[in-house]
Amino acid sequence: MSVELTIVLIPLLPLLAFFTIVLLAHRNHALSHWLALIGAGLAWLLSMLVFGRAIQTEELSRHPFAAAIEWLPTGSTALQIGVHIDPLSAVTLFFVAWTVLMIFIYSIGYHNYGQPKGEHDRPGLPPHGAEIQDAQGHAHRVPSIEPMYARFFALISLFAFAMYLLVVTDNLLTLYMGWEIMGLCSYLLIGFWYGKESARNAMIKAFLTTRVGDVFMLLGLAALYSLTGTLNYQAILNNPAVLNGLAGAASPLAGISWAGLIGILLIIGTIGKSAQFPLHIWLPDAMEGPTPVSAMIHAATMVSAGVYLVIRFFPLLSVGWDGHSLTLPMLVMGTIGAFTALFAATIAVAQNDIKRVLAYSTISQLGYMIAALGVGAYVAAAFHLVTHAFFKALLFLGSGSVIHGMEHGVLSTGEKIDPQNMLYMGGLRKKMPLTFWTFLAGGLALSGFPLITAGFWSKDEILSGAYASGQMLIFWTLAVAALLTAFYTMRQITLTFLGQPRSLSAEHAHESRPVMTIPLVILALFAVTAGWVGIPEYFPLVGGALPNWFEEFVGSMLLTHSEKSHHSLLPLTVSLVVALGGLLLGWLTYRRALKPEDPLEKPLGGVYSLLRNKYYVDEFYQLVFIRPARWLAETVTDRWLDRAIIDGALHSIAGFGVWLGKSLRRWIDLPVINGAGDLTAVGTRNLGAFLRSLQSGRVQVYATVGLGLAAVVAILIYFLWVIG
Amino acid sequence: MDFLANHLLSLILFTPTAAALVMLILPKEKTALLRFFAFSASLIPLALTLVVWAGFDPQPSAGMPFQFVEKAEWYSAIQASYHLGVDGISLPMVLLTTLLTPLAILASYSIEERVKSYMILFLLLETGMLGVFLALDLLLFFVFWEVGLVPMYFLIAQWGSKNRNYAALKFVLYTMGGSLGLLLAIQLMGVAVGSFDLLELYQRWPALNELSVPIGLPVSTVKAIAFWAFVVAFAIKVPVWPFHTWLPDAHTEAPTAGSMILAGVLLKLGAFGFLRLVLPLFPSESQQYAGALAFLGVAAIIFGALGAWAQNDFKRLVAYSSINHMGFVVLGIAAAAALLNTTSPVGLLDKNIALNGAVLQMFNHGLSAAGMFFLVGVLYERAHTRDLNDFGGLYAVLPVYGSVLIFTAMASLGLPGLNGFVSEFLVVRGAWPVMTLATALAMIGLFFTGAYILKALKMVLHGPLNPRWQGRLSDMSRREMIVIAPLMILMLVLGVWPAWLLDVINRAVAFLF
Repeated sequence: MSVELTIVLIPLLPLLAFFTIVLLAHRNHALSHWLALIGAGLAWLLSMLVFGRAIQTEELSRHPFAAAIEWLPTGSTALQIGVHIDPLSAVTLFFVAWTVLMIFIYSIGYHNYGQPKGEHDRPGLPPHGAEIQDAQGHAHRVPSIEPMYARFFALISLFAFAMYLLVVTDNLLTLYMGWEIMGLCSYLLIGFWYGKESARNAMIKAFLTTRVGDVFMLLGLAALYSLTGTLNYQAILNNPAVLNGLAGAASPLAGISWAGLIGILLIIGTIGKSAQFPLHIWLPDAMEGPTPVSAMIHAATMVSAGVYLVIRFFPLLSVGWDGHSLTLPMLVMGTIGAFTALFAATIAVAQNDIKRVLAYSTISQLGYMIAALGVGAYVAAAFHLVTHAFFKALLFLGSGSVIHGMEHGVLSTGEKIDPQNMLYMGGLRKKMPLTFWTFLAGGLALSGFPLITAGFWSKDEILSGAYASGQMLIFWTLAVAALLTAFYTMRQITLTFLGQPRSLSAEHAHESRPVMTIPLVILALFAVTAGWVGIPEYFPLVGGALPNWFEEFVGSMLLTHSEKSHHSLLPLTVSLVVALGGLLLGWLTYRRALKPEDPLEKPLGGVYSLLRNKYYVDEFYQLVFIRPARWLAETVTDRWLDRAIIDGALHSIAGFGVWLGKSLRRWIDLPVINGAGDLTAVGTRNLGAFLRSLQSGRVQVYATVGLGLAAVVAILIYFLWVIG
Repeated sequence: MDFLANHLLSLILFTPTAAALVMLILPKEKTALLRFFAFSASLIPLALTLVVWAGFDPQPSAGMPFQFVEKAEWYSAIQASYHLGVDGISLPMVLLTTLLTPLAILASYSIEERVKSYMILFLLLETGMLGVFLALDLLLFFVFWEVGLVPMYFLIAQWGSKNRNYAALKFVLYTMGGSLGLLLAIQLMGVAVGSFDLLELYQRWPALNELSVPIGLPVSTVKAIAFWAFVVAFAIKVPVWPFHTWLPDAHTEAPTAGSMILAGVLLKLGAFGFLRLVLPLFPSESQQYAGALAFLGVAAIIFGALGAWAQNDFKRLVAYSSINHMGFVVLGIAAAAALLNTTSPVGLLDKNIALNGAVLQMFNHGLSAAGMFFLVGVLYERAHTRDLNDFGGLYAVLPVYGSVLIFTAMASLGLPGLNGFVSEFLVVRGAWPVMTLATALAMIGLFFTGAYILKALKMVLHGPLNPRWQGRLSDMSRREMIVIAPLMILMLVLGVWPAWLLDVINRAVAFLF
């Protein structure tokens, strides 16, 4: 099998699984998850084959694996679409394949496969648990199987298809297709339990917020296609003539080149998809979906796609960059990324929902990647994308395992608490050791715990890249964000796993089944080791012990390979200090929490509630955008324009017609036409009556008339002949 | 056999009329027979269209853009003839019509009263619509244009819902008001050129610089007046903002199948008029006023979407969505109009892509709008309400219906992978270099397209189940699945592999413009 055909099959297998489940297996639980697993498993296998071929191929970035067909006839030519694997897509494929497969396996346990049906369970609502009798006749409440089990596996297969499509494609149009299908899948999966009011709002919020970015991105596509006549990566990004042409041509917006304008349009797409400020609001609410979906969205697919887009188009975004003054798109990315990294990290400090903390940490970490691109640290951005996918998938699945354990506790104790609230947890390390150790690995990677975790290496790369670029504001913003990251991660670990249980449910929690914990272990291995492929040579002591393979492989994507010259130890010191300092502060602050309340709530006061309420951004948008938009639609468009003005004008024209008809009848028909008719009738009658009076039968009257007529005739004759 | 092969278009055109005449003698109480007969009869034009499609050569031969041409004497005194033919623009429209009619008739199986007259009117309607697409004579075009109105008027006024008389009257008066100018302009052109034949008019009318009838106005003024007469007539039919307010009323009050045909085919007549008549006959005027047309198209996109978002009546929401989607057709046509006389290869490509998008969008909207109206009807037949506030959480009780609705709504929303995206992308791509600002503004409409589609899905399917529907609704029947399945298959096929249709359109458009 040729490598190109292998690449084509990768997205098609999960798609096939989707259709098969929808059409044939939507009532069969086991068959549906087996179909999904086979699809994802084969896609994983083929991805590994392709990845293996890719890393053995010399000069892959210049001569990628590629094949294309004609798709849209346009005039005498046609738009081509096809597949394409270069170093960047190869590493993306690698982490997508692993995380997707782990999430699929985990989902079987998460949705309680093999458990009984709940007596009150309905489609559209999370399972409520079922009552069973044990051998002694005691009744127990246990978790019950998800009522829409097959639908979940169908949708998540479609999700995987869309991400694979986006990764293996060779052009921006099919990337956009995968991008949007993912939008649909996230919509359907965030609203998987659509019966809940909160889920139904979250699903719409996710779709529409990202759509703001998508419509701008579509304009970017149209502009790029119009100007270059193609959307193929190689033809645009590997072609200095095209890039410089775009950089030299002035766009309609004053002072901005076409390269700059298209770059910004694409970046807005990423801001929506990767949940950057100001379009970040959908991602925290996206946790309304089942936890495996959160892992899909936050790690394997959705948000990674946004970052993948800007990494992919970095040659266009940075065209004209000489290593010193940033291009406009880079400046935009640097500013928004760094701001988002800090902004989201501050919010995460004050959240109590275990998944919500992770959601804000995702936003913050994505901000890191975008900021890295902004300062030109291309390889570091890609590196952090990969390591983050592993440890964030791990953390989300781990939090799902925690919630599962807590829900078990809630079911068996009947306690009325939120099983996702960390304040009611505590001490879970003893109840759930595997979950604890793997979560710890993920948490330390997220904090950038030095040397042994993957997150350290990639985050350190970004910080040194920011330092090397001379953008000190961005550097220090990211450093403070890193400190906060370590702090809230340690807060999370301490509140969840350390100390003593703060509720009955936490005491009764127990470890999840192996089908859930094995994926955690595998992901934990990557969360630790994935960083070792990118250790820079200049690093003290360990540098050079392993080759910096990642830098060489992915770095070869850039046409101009910039020589890195940052040997300063400052960024390294900073990254050590903030990681260790943040972890220590977090542990010191929360290790003594005995009651279900946050010890920082009182001392921070108003600041805490500001953070707790996410700076009131949602409320602000409601007031400034959503309500005016509704007014524009309901009042201006519907009531005023359509009903009052346009229909009003039509009705007045119609009314005028009716009035004209009536008036014609009253003033013309009745008096003139009817009047004339009536007059004829009345006149004839009167004449008849008069003539009748002549025919009285008396000779004297006839003689008088005869004489009279004779006289008239005589006078006429006289005048006509004699005088005339 | 030769006769059949030589008169395929006439057969497609008049089979429905013949079937309607036969139905006159069928007993009116045998509703099952009447339905079955009408449905079977409407399959014949579809089969014949497929025959035509198979024999159609996508590459037009030089000098003769039309194929399967038939010509016979008609009103020889005024040089009007019975002249039919298809090209790559009209053939997809014919296919759309002959496909949607059987589906609409099948969807009408739930009509119980006066089935006989209903089915007869439906078949007559099909002839009227097909005639517009097939006519190559201006007078013939106009005759069919008006013929289609009558059955639709009765369908709305007799089988419609509560406010049907108002809606039917508004529909028929508005369209006929537009037709007045059209008729005058057609007569003027016919007399000036001495023929109503389109091929002849294509050659001679645009080049005409002297009128044979002295009416005391310069030729350019006369042409401009005729141009606007055409534009207004077609703009009402499309409908272009601000001539659109008949549409929500007519579509909402019409019976389900009537709405399917109204949105699916009748709106296309207006857009088709632009492509078949306005652009070729008035190239310089079209170019001159392209900006105004683009402005109205964008207004339709934005206000159509906002209007749809404001509705709480499910059917009215879908009706407004047609205004929004047809705005993209208008935008594509306007962009092409601005480039009509271009000679640069880049301009030619932009024009070509914009028109590809416009024609494909006509076809795609035909599928998705018919599908959406059908699905609204399915729900209405069960719940007897269209108020979105009355629903909620129905996905739990109607899983098949819910999935089908999401699929169709996504096609309407323009989700990549389904048909609507391809055409909208082509229009945006084609219009962007010429009408940059208009295209950018159209994105506002595209955003709100998402808003109103999701609003409908949210209020119908999601959220807590309204208890009044518990156990009272049944999922889609087999007949209903047969109606929607061909539409869904085509939506998917066109989204994944549009080339089979686009190739036909592309070659015709490249040849004609």
